[in-house]
This record gives sequence, structure tokens and C-alpha cells, in this order.
Amino acid sequence: MKTAMKGLAAAALTALMATASYAEPTKIGIITTLSGGGASLGVDARDGLLLALKKGGNDEIETVVEDDQQKPDVAVQIADKMIQSEKVDILTGIIWSNLAMAVVPSAVGQGKFYLSVNAAPSQLAGPGCNKDYFSVSYQNDNLHEAAGQYATDAGYKKTFILAPNYPAGKDSLSGFKRYYKGELAGEIYTQLGQTDYAAEIAQIKASGADSVFFFLPGGMGIAFMKQYAQSGAEQPLIGPAFSFDQNILQAVGDAALGVKNTANWSKDIDNEANKAFVEAYQAEYDRLPSIYAAYGYDTGNLILSALKKAPVSDADGFRAALEAADFDSVRGKFSFGPNHHPIQDIYVREVVKEGEVYTNKIVATAMTDRDDAYAKDCKM
Amino acid sequence: MSVALFFEQLLNGLQFGVMLFLMAAGLTLVFGVMGLINLAHGSLYMIGAFACASVVAATGSFTLGLVASFVAAAFAGVIIEALVLRRLYRRDHLDQVIVTFALILVFTEGTRWLFGSYPLYLDIPTPLQGTVHLPGGIDYPLFRLMIILVGLLVAVLLFLAVNRTRLGVRIRAGEADREMIAALGVDISKLYMIVFALGAALAGFAGALVGSVQSVQVGMGEPVLILGFVVIVIGGIGSIGGALIAAILVGITDTMGRVFLPMAFAAFTDPASANATGSALASMLIYILMALVLVFRPSGLFGEKA
Repeated sequence: MKTAMKGLAAAALTALMATASYAEPTKIGIITTLSGGGASLGVDARDGLLLALKKGGNDEIETVVEDDQQKPDVAVQIADKMIQSEKVDILTGIIWSNLAMAVVPSAVGQGKFYLSVNAAPSQLAGPGCNKDYFSVSYQNDNLHEAAGQYATDAGYKKTFILAPNYPAGKDSLSGFKRYYKGELAGEIYTQLGQTDYAAEIAQIKASGADSVFFFLPGGMGIAFMKQYAQSGAEQPLIGPAFSFDQNILQAVGDAALGVKNTANWSKDIDNEANKAFVEAYQAEYDRLPSIYAAYGYDTGNLILSALKKAPVSDADGFRAALEAADFDSVRGKFSFGPNHHPIQDIYVREVVKEGEVYTNKIVATAMTDRDDAYAKDCKM
Repeated sequence: MSVALFFEQLLNGLQFGVMLFLMAAGLTLVFGVMGLINLAHGSLYMIGAFACASVVAATGSFTLGLVASFVAAAFAGVIIEALVLRRLYRRDHLDQVIVTFALILVFTEGTRWLFGSYPLYLDIPTPLQGTVHLPGGIDYPLFRLMIILVGLLVAVLLFLAVNRTRLGVRIRAGEADREMIAALGVDISKLYMIVFALGAALAGFAGALVGSVQSVQVGMGEPVLILGFVVIVIGGIGSIGGALIAAILVGITDTMGRVFLPMAFAAFTDPASANATGSALASMLIYILMALVLVFRPSGLFGEKA
């Protein structure tokens, strides 16, 4: 009798859970950096994503947001908690490549979808690609490759290149060199977190370079540009968009004016989705969107578009819906390559001042329909 | 490498060292006199930079900004000394580390709450912008020369204050024997508050100066704090002169290492790996220097024999 009761209870419970899971909304776990020095990136990506979901008006979506403090171990703990106790269906939000490397393989290994709003290390684009991992932003090398292409197009013959001595810095310089045809005036790896660049700038001035490519995200870039402007060095600067996003530019001020940088999004890309995004973002948060906000917004809209076709519980259907990328990207053209990384145009922007605000304006297209160097190694 | 470039790099090293000194001077005073390990020193540096940036944004005057950085950091110093740190002097160093680490978190998130996550704008005042011609054909940024001069001036003033004034006598006496000077009628808690406020003000001042050539953002103090500790360990804890010599030593070692190590490796390996190995070794160089100094002089270059 006792066992029969137990069996009955179990059956009832199973039935209950089955119906419950049917009615359960889609749960999105956002792990991103909301405290510490790198917080502005995470805040923007989160705000962009939440804005898209809010505008989408889908009541069946729930979100959980947690701060990874820019620490891989914290990110892993949050991911485990979100997967095991919060039972999220989709994970997203990570800004930094080293955190992505710690979280993504195990999350997709547990059958969750992961959509990247920023970090897209080469390790996850080639042989390490996964059918449930999508990068909505780019592949890490892309913007650096475009900068190399731009330097070649602009006729620079002797570029001096520098980046911090860590994996993304090395990817950056190799990405640049992949498309740069001139000769290098010098190549320096700086220390991660370095804030004084007097020694490097003196070397640049002495090297006879005709241009400088630098990848120094966050505060490092602010310090470098201010010091470069003070040094009397005249060589033009080129960089990827990371050192020129909307929030950093205000801190650099005039020192950044006229600098060329490569990006796959800019607030002046002329399409309806982008106009609506810039307007809605300003109305909602009272500031101009950064490139991270744009990635977050596209990620939100991609999820919404896929959910219209299939629920996440239908993993194959949902994956196919994501692959179709049937949404209006703020970047205009957008599709996924075979390794689930974007195929998109990459632009050259110039830093300008509009009224009192420093911002970017597109001046050229560096690469058209660019995929990435690793897609051919990806076997799904 | 030309001789001019070599001297320019030497100057860069000197300038970096002087910036480190401004940070380390307060740290070594507080640790030497009060026996307090203050990890929140970097937060005071950040407070100085933020105070300067907001006052400059509001008034347009860099001088007022510098004054504000000094005052704001000293004020914050007095408050945390009176509310928190005073209870810790008799506790062991581990307790101090835990509490002052907590203060870092409080100040970091508090600053974010007040100013937001985005870096602030702070630039060098117009008269100090640009470069000056030095003999030997070096064009050197004027503001960096100013930092060197101001830093050395602060060093001289501090040295005079500690060695030639009544307050300095008390500070040195407090370092040597706190019970005895309390017995002689010196208000030791007032003395500690003055020392701590002075240390804090120096950190804030350094933050404002450095912030105007680097970036003013939440969490800017912690990387400098680590270098500050390296400097006071090399210089000998509590010694202002030691902190100055050690800061310049660290500044020059770091700068020269960053420039010359990759070149040195390039002489016998291929350029790409020379670059990577050279930069990696360069970032370790000051810690190697610290280890070497500690091997031969366990209490630092100018420290009292333990």
C-alpha cells in the first residue's frame, strides 16, 4: 500500500511537473560585470539586452541578472547556480574572454544555449566551436583585422603596434598583422593594467613610424591617448572600437578627436532598427548607447525572433531559428556563419564632437561580409 | 638607440618613480608611525582624483581641483580613522588587512553609486599642456616635468617636516616608543589622526596629479597600491628618504626593463618571442628587485634593523 501510494504520488508529481514546465516561461540568465573597473561594459550590455526584451513585449520571458565581478571563478559559480537551481534556458552577458572560456564550454555541455554579447575568443570559433554557442557580437580578431585592412588601404607603410600582454592582446596583434601589408616600425606588449605609457610613446616617436595601431581597452586606452596627445607625437592613431566607445570618449576629450577606429556598429548606421534603438535607449537611460549596448540589444532581439518560431524546449527547432537570425539587427546586414559567428560589415569610424558630446561617425567600410579566420576549422 | 632617447627614458623612469613616491609616502608614514597596514590607501588616492575631476568640471580651475583633492582625501582619512581604524591599532595585522580591505569595497561601490561606472574627464590645464625642448633634442611633456618637480618638492617638505619640526619630533618619537610619548603628555590619538590625515591627503594629491595624465575611474587605486607596497618594502618601512630612493629605483627599473629587455632578447632569439619573453620578464623585474633587496637587507634599504 505504502509503495503504491508512493508510486501514485510520484506519477502525480511528474504529471504536475510536465504541465508546469509547459506553462513555464523562458528563463534567460545574464552573467555580466556590474562592479569594479570593467563595470561600464557590463552595465551597457545588460541595459541594451533588457531594453530589447522590454520593447519585444513578450511576457513569457523571465530574466535573472548577476554580477560576475570580472572574476572567472565567480562567473562559474553563478553559471552553476543559474543552471542548477534557477533552471535557466539561455545564458548570456559575459564581457571578458577569460570568463567566457571558464563558463561557456561547461554551460553548453549541460545542454544550455549560450549567446555571447561580447567576448568571442578564437578557441570557441575553431575546433572548439559548439552547436549551442552563438556569438552575436563578432569573433575577437575581427575588429583588429579590419584595422589592419584600413592601415593597408590608407597606404601606411610603417605602423607601430602595441597591445597588453594577455591572450586577447596577442589575438589583437595577430589579427592586425593578418591584413596589414606594410612593414612594422615596432611591436610592443605592454603590461595589463599599465597606466603610464611614457616609455612606449618615446619609442614610437623614435621609431620613424608613420602610424600607430593600439589595442588598450578601458582605462589603459584613456591614459594612453591623453599621454600621446601631450607627447607631441604626430603619427595618426588607429584602434579597434573598444578604446573609443561612447563612455570612454567623454573621459579622453579632445585628445581622441580625429582618431580612426574600426567597429561593426556605430550610432549613425542608417537603418530603421538602429534609429529606433538609439532613440529608445536614450529615452530609457538618458545617455547615448555604446557598442556593448548595441550587442546586448541585438542579442535580445535574436532571442525574441527565435522564440517566435520555436520554444527553447524544442532545442533543434530553437537552434535552427537562431541560425536563421531572422531579426532586424541594428548593424543592418547580419547573418551567422557555419561556426555560429556573425558575417557582417566592419566600418572605419572617426571620433568627432557633436555639440558637447564626443562620439563616432562612420567614414568608410573596412571589410564587407567578413566572417572569421577560424570558421573552416569548426566541425559541428 | 640614441643617447637622447636613453635620457628621455631615464627621465620617464624618474617621473614614474616620483609618482610612486607620492603614493608611497603616505603609506610608509602610516605604517611606520602607527603600525597600521592600510589597504584602503588606494581608495584615498581614488577619492582625490574624483574630487579633483568634479571640482574642475564645476569650476574650471585646476588649482581648486588640486586643493579639493587634498582636502577631500584628508577629510575621508580623518573620518575612517576616527570611526574604524582607531579600534584596530592594538589588533594584529591580519585584522587590519581584513577591515581595510572591506573599506576598499565600501569606497569602490560608494564611488560608483555617486559617480556612476563611467570614467570621468580630467585633463591637464592649458598652460601646462604641450612639450618643452630639453638639451639634447628631447621634446618632453611639460606636465611630466612638473610632476617630477612637485614630487621632489613634496619629498623635501616632508623630510623637513619630519626632521625639523616639533610635530616631526613627535611623529618620530611615536614611531620609536608610543607608551613613552603618551606618558610625556603627548595626545597620541590626536597625533595618529594628524599622521593619517597627512598620509591620506598625500594619496589624494597623487591621485589628482596622476588622474590628469591617466584615467579617473572606479578602482584606479588598487594597481598603484601594490606598487606602493613594493616601494615601502624596498625602502624600509617608515622611512621617507627610503621611500623616495626606492620609488625612483622602482620607476627606473620598470621603465628601463620595459624598453631594454625585449631589445636584449632580440639579440639572440627571433623578434616575436623576444618581444613576448622580454615583456613578460619586464613585468616581473620590480618584484625580482624587491626579492634581491630583501635577501641582502631584510628590513629594506633604509629600514631599522629588526
